[in-house]
Amino acid sequence: MRNSTVVLGAGHAGLAMSRCLTERSIDHVVLERGEVANSWKTERWDSLRLLTPNWMSRLPGYGYGGDEPDGYRTMPETISFLERYADGIAAPILTGTTVTSVRRTDDGYEVVTDRGTWHCQAVVIATGACNIPNVPAVAQAVPAGIDTLTPNEYRNPDRLAEGGVLVVGAAATGAQIAEEIHRSGRPVTLAVGEHIRVPRVYRGRDIKWWMDACGVLEERYDEVDNLVRVRNVPSLQLVGSDDRRNLDLNGLTGIGVKLVGRLAGIQNGKAQFSGSLPNQCAMSDLKMNRLLARIDEWATENSLDGQVEPPHRFEPTRVEAAPSLDVDLGGIRTILWATGYRPDYSWLDLPVLDRKGRIRHDGGVVESPGVYLLGMPFLRSRKSSLIDGAGDDARFLSAHLASYLDHAISRPGLAVRTA
Amino acid sequence: MTTTTSPVDNGVNVGALLGAREALTAMPEAAQFTWRATCEWVSGTHSRSRVEGFFGLGEEQSHKTEFTYDADHPEIFASEDHGATPVELVLAGLASCLTAGVASVAQNRDIQLNSVTATLEGGMDIQGILGIDPDVRNGFSGIRVRYDIDADATPEEIRAVVAQSQKRSAVYDVITNPTNVTVEVN
Repeated sequence: MRNSTVVLGAGHAGLAMSRCLTERSIDHVVLERGEVANSWKTERWDSLRLLTPNWMSRLPGYGYGGDEPDGYRTMPETISFLERYADGIAAPILTGTTVTSVRRTDDGYEVVTDRGTWHCQAVVIATGACNIPNVPAVAQAVPAGIDTLTPNEYRNPDRLAEGGVLVVGAAATGAQIAEEIHRSGRPVTLAVGEHIRVPRVYRGRDIKWWMDACGVLEERYDEVDNLVRVRNVPSLQLVGSDDRRNLDLNGLTGIGVKLVGRLAGIQNGKAQFSGSLPNQCAMSDLKMNRLLARIDEWATENSLDGQVEPPHRFEPTRVEAAPSLDVDLGGIRTILWATGYRPDYSWLDLPVLDRKGRIRHDGGVVESPGVYLLGMPFLRSRKSSLIDGAGDDARFLSAHLASYLDHAISRPGLAVRTA
Repeated sequence: MTTTTSPVDNGVNVGALLGAREALTAMPEAAQFTWRATCEWVSGTHSRSRVEGFFGLGEEQSHKTEFTYDADHPEIFASEDHGATPVELVLAGLASCLTAGVASVAQNRDIQLNSVTATLEGGMDIQGILGIDPDVRNGFSGIRVRYDIDADATPEEIRAVVAQSQKRSAVYDVITNPTNVTVEVN
């Protein structure tokens, strides 16, 4: 029995890793600042559902057993799914334990928490990609009297002041929230930068089914042209709903949301928007059509053409002839920054960050020997950002970790709390 | 029968560009450039701008030769028409920037270009610059760019090249986004 590894974070990624470590009889502890599935419990809005269908959230040793494989989990369902998984795999979790420092020692690593210090040989960082909401610098210029909030603070439209809302960002989060706020009677202006449009259902099947089946999600990190780019693409414009409806800019325009370009500045009480909206939409449509063409090709190669609905294309994104380049903030009561997240590594005292504050790693293997990263976008493949991708990544990285421990100096009784 | 495929050549050294990107990723301070122009009043609305030196890759650089650009206004503006209007130079700058991007992106995607023509129009209500109506802006009300491209690629691939060139264009960014401009008098 080895006793050597500390896993940071009890979300889906940390749990998947715990299960893989247990299978290898690698003794470990999972440290969690809050509770299992903490971010899902405390940092999500009420109506959010997973973007992936139920059948797709496969974790090592755990799959979907219910009778709605094509449904999308609500937040309570997601939380109980992860809690059941944690129980089922008997993960050695210590909740309510906040890590304040991880540093190298002569014989491994020291993990300092508010509940004691661990010494270990291997560390798995599974603290997630979405710790700190990104807020653009222009936020400093927002006039007094306008409420601003980030998606982790947002719960539902009723908590917002009456009046106009500017939603900045049109990935899944911004588009979903824009839709429900506008439907609540608060007129929404949506600032649209780069976004990725995909239909919820294509030819009768969920887009995620197609992406899984035709190998898009399997694309490896070491086979893509521009890794920095693919690790930074926004989330697909999708929503999980009972009617499996599309979430796209045409639909938002249809209910009266006003589309403007990327937020470029705030001056003299006006928000200024980029004139690039037509190109942002054109690029998104082109990209969607490339994906659909790839799906059609795969369907033909695999003789699915008779069995699923015939190929078709969606209406191009409608953009006004001259979208507004500025909006008077006098009509805006709330600004919501749906401009993405970044991880928090303020506790990580290891020289492994690049100049942008990202951990340098090769497919999850961090430069500092024995340190691993998990649960990040395109960590090892396109599906690494999904719950469904954690399994493959955890299997690979736990094997690497096991091999590292075998070759590291063997030292008994590590992962010991000393204070 | 044998077929030969000729290598795509749009005259763009993509290898050098990608090499530069890699080098500058490791050394971001060398990526800091300063572009310069000087402009001298000639007479009336006629002026002559010159470009030669610029700063980049950590040191002073210069063009192979000095380039000059005359700017003026047409006779209907009671000018002598010694050169393009400044706003036409802006259109030319946008067109050149996008077209350079089209060539580079096409090269990078192994698309052979046979001909590329951009036609630009910028609408303007000159009540703005004449101070007739304070609600009318001075600048373009909008710019329309039309590309005619003959290339060994599908129409979708060509559209994607043009879209990507906008995404990476400096002048497109300058025009579509606000830029702080500071003007001082010595």
